[in-house]
Amino acid sequence: MRKWLALASAGVLAFGVAACGDDDSGNDATAGGGGEVSGEIVIDGSSTVGPFAQAAAELFNAENPDVEISVGTSGTGGGFEKFCAGETDISDASRPIKDDEEAPICKKNGVSYKEVTIANDGIAVVTNPAVEITCMTTGELKKLWNTGSKVSNYNQLNPDFPDVEVSLYGPGTDSGTFDFFTDVINGEEGVSRKEYQPSEDDNVLVQGVTGDEGGLGYFGFSYYEQNQDKLGLVEVDGGDGCVAPSTETIQDGSYKPLSRPLFMYPSEQSLADKPQVKAFMEFVLDNQEEIATASQIVPLTAAQLDEGKQQLKEAEAAAAAGK
Amino acid sequence: MEAASTTSARATPALGVARRRLGEDAIRGLLLLAALISILTTTGIVLSLAGEAWTFFQEVGVNDFLFGTEWSPIIKPQSFGVLPLVSGTFLVTAIALAVAIPLGLGSAIYLSEYATPRVRKVVKPVLELLAGVPTIVFGYFALTFFTPNLLIDILHFDVSVFNALSAGIIMGFMVIPTVASVSEDAMSAVPGSLREGSFGLGASRLQTSLRVVFPAALSGIVAAVVLGASRAIGETMIVLVAAGQIAELSADPRNPMYTMTSYIAAIGKGDLATGSLQYKTIFAVGALLFVITLVLNAISIRFVRRYRQVYE
Amino acid sequence: MTDVTAAALEQAAARGPIGASPGRARLRELGFKALLLSCLGASMLLLGTLLVTIGADGLSRVSLDFITEYPSIVADKAGIWPALLGTLWLMAVCAGFIIPVGVATAIYLEEYADSSRWYNRAIEVNIQNLAAVPSIVYGILGLAFLVRGPLSLGNVVLAGGLTLGLLVLPVVIIAGREAIRAVPPSIREGSMALGATQWQTIWRQVLPAAIPGVATGVILALSRAIGETAPLIMVGAAVFVTSEPDLMSRFSALPIQIFDWISRPSNDVNDYAALAAGGIVVLMILLLGMNAVAIWLRNRYEQKW
Repeated sequence: MRKWLALASAGVLAFGVAACGDDDSGNDATAGGGGEVSGEIVIDGSSTVGPFAQAAAELFNAENPDVEISVGTSGTGGGFEKFCAGETDISDASRPIKDDEEAPICKKNGVSYKEVTIANDGIAVVTNPAVEITCMTTGELKKLWNTGSKVSNYNQLNPDFPDVEVSLYGPGTDSGTFDFFTDVINGEEGVSRKEYQPSEDDNVLVQGVTGDEGGLGYFGFSYYEQNQDKLGLVEVDGGDGCVAPSTETIQDGSYKPLSRPLFMYPSEQSLADKPQVKAFMEFVLDNQEEIATASQIVPLTAAQLDEGKQQLKEAEAAAAAGK
Repeated sequence: MEAASTTSARATPALGVARRRLGEDAIRGLLLLAALISILTTTGIVLSLAGEAWTFFQEVGVNDFLFGTEWSPIIKPQSFGVLPLVSGTFLVTAIALAVAIPLGLGSAIYLSEYATPRVRKVVKPVLELLAGVPTIVFGYFALTFFTPNLLIDILHFDVSVFNALSAGIIMGFMVIPTVASVSEDAMSAVPGSLREGSFGLGASRLQTSLRVVFPAALSGIVAAVVLGASRAIGETMIVLVAAGQIAELSADPRNPMYTMTSYIAAIGKGDLATGSLQYKTIFAVGALLFVITLVLNAISIRFVRRYRQVYE
Repeated sequence: MTDVTAAALEQAAARGPIGASPGRARLRELGFKALLLSCLGASMLLLGTLLVTIGADGLSRVSLDFITEYPSIVADKAGIWPALLGTLWLMAVCAGFIIPVGVATAIYLEEYADSSRWYNRAIEVNIQNLAAVPSIVYGILGLAFLVRGPLSLGNVVLAGGLTLGLLVLPVVIIAGREAIRAVPPSIREGSMALGATQWQTIWRQVLPAAIPGVATGVILALSRAIGETAPLIMVGAAVFVTSEPDLMSRFSALPIQIFDWISRPSNDVNDYAALAAGGIVVLMILLLGMNAVAIWLRNRYEQKW
């Protein structure tokens, strides 16, 4: 019995020593010299924007070691919920905030924000290598994916397409990618054919399409890029000819309409009260190209960057005024 | 009885009778408080689910929900019939238990009745290691290894990439350590005198294991199975990754299948606005799952109690 | 004398029942043993396959740097240090909660509760039911009542650890009850006859005898808790942190880090899949370490009645 207690207390002591021993990067001391900031920044939201936020946090932390940044990935909706409850400083989003459901909650809790575009993301249409389709128009995509579609063979879309039975894969119905695709292809969010295999995880979708001889799917461009040898790519004709997705075509807008903006929503209260949040957002826009490339997302166009900086400036002004 | 104990031979402090009774009551009170934590937990769960589920049912009729056969909360035309999810849960759980119960109990009988103590000391922890593998690893294993290599290439089953069979089998293996370890503990605790008596009467080890030890440990074995079944019903990740997300009312395990738990997990992690009707479906589904498991557990406890009376 | 007899009895048992034809009985015995062994073998085979698949990818990635570095977008530089500490903290809080509360509840239900009373039966059904609630519902519970609500702890380690604790508490209670139930009544009666009070009997006789079963419950519980992601995400665990966690600070955890890496697209430049595999290897080693303590306790307190 006594041995038991001795063992337990030894364990607790050892753990305590180990946990308290190493303290170099854990301080939240006040600002060090030379323009460095300190304090906490809490970011949460979309898992698509997550890697971008992480890369930004890492680079920012390298220059400002006294700042403690935490990045979560509760999803765009979950992120907004926490944001509007005042629990986070910045919300990552792969879609704009919903005016009917989410914005009112923020208003009620006195959280004001500004939408800042920080990167672009392309959606690639891919197939199993056995399905040889090089290009599809948006009209053909709509015929394939629209609600009530009865297309069961690719050659029903276009007689030049191979005679293969259709087997579709796509993001889950609750994801921002789904919302975006259905909106631009089918004309309305949430309007889609039901007979397809959804999954939350794009890696799982890759697995699905590569394992299915009639497979065709759509998901984030970076997942195609990393699996090029296993997947066939379908160029998309948005009215100006067939365009393949790439960093360039997404950035200059020629890959349309399947290229969407990604957002960060800083709260104006955090911008006003926490200098480290203000510094972070400015850092993000100043270094967005490096951050985006590191996280395998497409950087902003010049026009978007100017607009983003403008949005941030307005937010900071509003914050300072409201303070 | 307590009056006589003041002259006990053991080195207990010479407490007066009254004081000892108070200490006993205090301890009993503390223990009751601990037990009440589980009641608090349930109350918390019911409260977190019920409020949102109630607002959900204001918009979607309870009958449509419980008896509808089409589950399409987001893709229009919307439909909120939960039966496909329920059938998915039951099918996958049944497959998992069909794997976990025989293999788990078989392993337990072997470890408790046939293996040497040294083998048992080594093998039991190794088996418990299986319980510690993160479930997402199991899910990816089922999707990227089990389905393509075993089911499709070697066994030539006609399954789709996402299928309930693969998820169910792998889930079964995940549950095995729970069933095996707890029932093995129960069997090991059966007094050796029972076994020796059985051998002395001329029974073989097979007969002793099945007819003497197994029934004597039945309470523990049933607890192990119920614990395993609970684990299987509540499992999310394996099904989410490997069984796909198509909600269909079907008994064919070769197809993808959406279960109540993987649905909750998928929506919970997704991008939906948390106040939307679609998001609130997770509270309704969660509440339904809670009620179903409550009913199943109440039945199983009744059943166990009847058996216990025979052997104790 | 007893040993000799027991051994002889076992040998006789292996030969099969008296009266049955020796050949067929022998065959049946062997067949049964082979069947049982194959059950165990199948489980071991799957475990082995899993470990080999993970180990092949992961072991090469595990190094001192991997363990002590912070996560990074550059896969080669990335490490799991804050996630590892986070998991250690969470397990400590979780164990610190489930062991006393679980054992106390099990003792109450087995030794003190009158099972004819409706409220005690309600507690029983309740606990069994809680074992089947999916982990994400515990996440919702934790968010509503621990992070926000009455306790308002915030997105901190304590909230995460308690949420996990509530999730796996039923396992400890149920296994603990079975362990206590398995202690022969004669032990209790003897102790009472010698003049011990109920609590003394429990504390000095029943509990030590029940330690192996409780240890099994704790092993299974912690094994489940260490790999859980969904409830932690709801309670606000981060995928990326820049500092070491504390009891009341934000945190990350190994399964969350693994989950993040496993969801990213992987290539030769940034092999996140190998990072994930490395993380899993570290997680399993951590689990083995935790279990080792419980296993040692179990072996030491094992008793054969």
